[in-house]
Amino acid sequence: MDKLKIKTEKLNAWFYDKQVLFDIDMNVYENKVTAIIGPSGCGKSTFIRNFNRMHETVPGAKADGKIILDGKDIFNKKYDAVDLRRDVGMVFQKPTPFPTMTVYDNVAAGIKLYSRNSHSKLDEIVERSLRQAALWDEVRDVLNQPGMSLSGGQQQRLCIARALAIQPKVILLDEPCSALDPISTAKIEELIHELKKDYTIVMVTHNMQQAARVADYTAFFLLGEMVEFDITTKIFTNPSDKRTEDYITGRFG
Amino acid sequence: MENNTQIQSKVRRIKEQIFLIAVFLCAVIAVIPLFSVIGYVFVKGIGAIDFNFFTQLPAPVGETGGGMGNAVVGTFILVVLSCLLGLPIGIFGGIWLAQFGGGKRGFMIRYAADVLSSIPSIVIGIFAYVLIVTTMKRFSAIAGGFALGIIMIPTVTRTTEEMIKMIPRSLYEAGLALGIPEWRVTLSIVFRTAWNGVFTGIMLSVSRIMGETAPLLFTAFNSMYWNFSIDQPMSSMTVQIYNYAISPFAEWHAKAWAGSLTLVALVLGITLLVRKFSKRVRYG
Amino acid sequence: MKNKGDVWFKRITFLFASSIPFLLFILVFILLQKSLPAIVEFGPGFVFGTVWDPLADKFSALPFIYGTMISSLIALAIAVPLGMGCAIYLSEVSQSKFKEYIAVMVELLAAIPSVVYGLWGIFVLGPWLVKIIPGMTYGTCMLTGGVILAIMILPTITAISREVFQAVPYNLRESAMALGATKWECFKLAIFGPATSGIIGAIILGLGRALGETMAVTMVIGNRPKISASLFAPAYTLASVIANEFAEATSDLNLSALIELALILLVITILINGVARLLVWKTTLKYNPR
Repeated sequence: MDKLKIKTEKLNAWFYDKQVLFDIDMNVYENKVTAIIGPSGCGKSTFIRNFNRMHETVPGAKADGKIILDGKDIFNKKYDAVDLRRDVGMVFQKPTPFPTMTVYDNVAAGIKLYSRNSHSKLDEIVERSLRQAALWDEVRDVLNQPGMSLSGGQQQRLCIARALAIQPKVILLDEPCSALDPISTAKIEELIHELKKDYTIVMVTHNMQQAARVADYTAFFLLGEMVEFDITTKIFTNPSDKRTEDYITGRFG
Repeated sequence: MENNTQIQSKVRRIKEQIFLIAVFLCAVIAVIPLFSVIGYVFVKGIGAIDFNFFTQLPAPVGETGGGMGNAVVGTFILVVLSCLLGLPIGIFGGIWLAQFGGGKRGFMIRYAADVLSSIPSIVIGIFAYVLIVTTMKRFSAIAGGFALGIIMIPTVTRTTEEMIKMIPRSLYEAGLALGIPEWRVTLSIVFRTAWNGVFTGIMLSVSRIMGETAPLLFTAFNSMYWNFSIDQPMSSMTVQIYNYAISPFAEWHAKAWAGSLTLVALVLGITLLVRKFSKRVRYG
Repeated sequence: MKNKGDVWFKRITFLFASSIPFLLFILVFILLQKSLPAIVEFGPGFVFGTVWDPLADKFSALPFIYGTMISSLIALAIAVPLGMGCAIYLSEVSQSKFKEYIAVMVELLAAIPSVVYGLWGIFVLGPWLVKIIPGMTYGTCMLTGGVILAIMILPTITAISREVFQAVPYNLRESAMALGATKWECFKLAIFGPATSGIIGAIILGLGRALGETMAVTMVIGNRPKISASLFAPAYTLASVIANEFAEATSDLNLSALIELALILLVITILINGVARLLVWKTTLKYNPR
């Protein structure tokens, strides 16, 4: 049996008066990849943005219910969002290296917030993170170039390395490949496969094949509700809900 | 190690608090002058404002009563004169920039408008002085209106251009498809649609030139009498306030406050109305 | 065959449009021509001399350049931190409704006529500064001039900084927040860097406004053409001396010297605004290409 990492209970979310998530109960298991699929506007991004409380940073956004991470409710007032985000890293749809920083500084940006480190320690962390993000060999000679000078796919792996540097427990990937070409996409999928040895991964994707390729568990969202959650192979071969079947066979969405 | 990160975390939290308080204080301090200016202008000005203030001529030192009726009228005449110069150039120039100003000439004209808008108004005053006062050999409302008109031009040009550019091209093409000549489409369809926005720009620039003093000091100069002929020196609220303010007489200071109250009410009134109006244009 | 009305429409509107550079050209030409007597008489020494004596027909510009520069620098020293803080509050920190009121009020600061600031400066700000600052004896001095200018350029700096901050893409903020950055760290990491050139542009535009501002400064700065190291001493600016003396110039040379001062002011403001606009454009266009 896989070990439970995150559990959501009756998670609801709103933008102003518009409810976008309805009573979601879902489990995320440790060292597994969980994919959220569904048509655009189904609330899948909003869902994972609650895991590090990024949802609440948008004006008008509200949420209630529970999200239990390692036995603690992250919505608890005592759980500081800043601490939470150290445990739950996130990579966004578009690559977002900090434009005025070098490759090195981008990776070191997060770790510098939390502790003072010697140069050698910092070098070590940057190298480790870049290796984990499968980027080290490509950028070892251009560490002092601006992060923006890398290609789109490299920039996205740079952002992954930036998230890895602070050693989170969970990594959220919000459609990490949607702005990338197929070769870069393949590299990132490979990387996700490697990363799950050390991290728990939750990813949103609109690409069903991608979910089928990399995820252990898959959840199907529709209009703010979770229609079905199961082992990926089960979802794609023998879904129990008619709507899931319609979606994965391409009848809508 | 754990201790180290805990201290770091505390330091971060303190820094964050200081940051939040500091920027909030900045926002509060930034609006204090507004309240102070409006408060003082109101309290000190309201006492000297009565019906006479708007209908009578300034009283000589030592006499009570009197007003700045001629200055109020003068300001309006100057605004009208400046519109006569500023509006045609601004509006037609803006239309040309929007419709034909894509090339090198358009860039040059736009750049010239930008430069013109950054020139201090007192320098514009000198321009009007040399061009008009020295030719006519006397201070006159025409010279004052000319200076203020020049100040208006860049704002009106840029707003007209921007407002016309916001009109969807499909509207223009729909007009052309009906067989209407280009110029008619531009004026009676495109410009009419953009008019609300253009009007906003015009009113904002009118409220700005109403408050201008420097370019009037040696163009329209000042006058203590009723004057409706534009080739004569003309009084304006701002110059009158200035003269009263730097005088040594307490009763004149009171008049300066009263004049300021009138002027501030006018200018802020126009600005606020236009803001409300333009919001309706944008969202309605 | 083009419609005749269209051809004329284009010609007529072009005539109006081209009158803008034409007016500008005439303006520069007139200032040059009219300041020529002073330029010939005093040469480059005009800029560096310290004597301004209309009775002796001796003129030079340094006290005014000095007064203009220092009062503008005081204004920047006050308005830049304040305006930046205000812009950060409006764009990055506050989520309350309250902030829109603050934005409008700061904007209204720009609508108040200069002469009203001057009046307020003479009777309210000056005496108040004398009361709270030890060593300051006169309300009309360099410092009061600088403070008045600070208030007047505050809306410019606030509005443009806010615009520049908001031009920084939202997802950079999110990236910083997702790393666990506090709002302060988020500003340092994600916003300040990309916004730097825009912020400098905002500051320089504010400076441009301060340099050319006339009435309020004239009314509170004390109007004495002497260079003094003390901020509590009266001073004089380029714009102020023109405002005070132009209508009563004693000789043609005096008039010409005043116009040369205007020429100096013109050149400085045009240069400064050119640089500033370039910098603001660079930031806003880089992140929001049209």
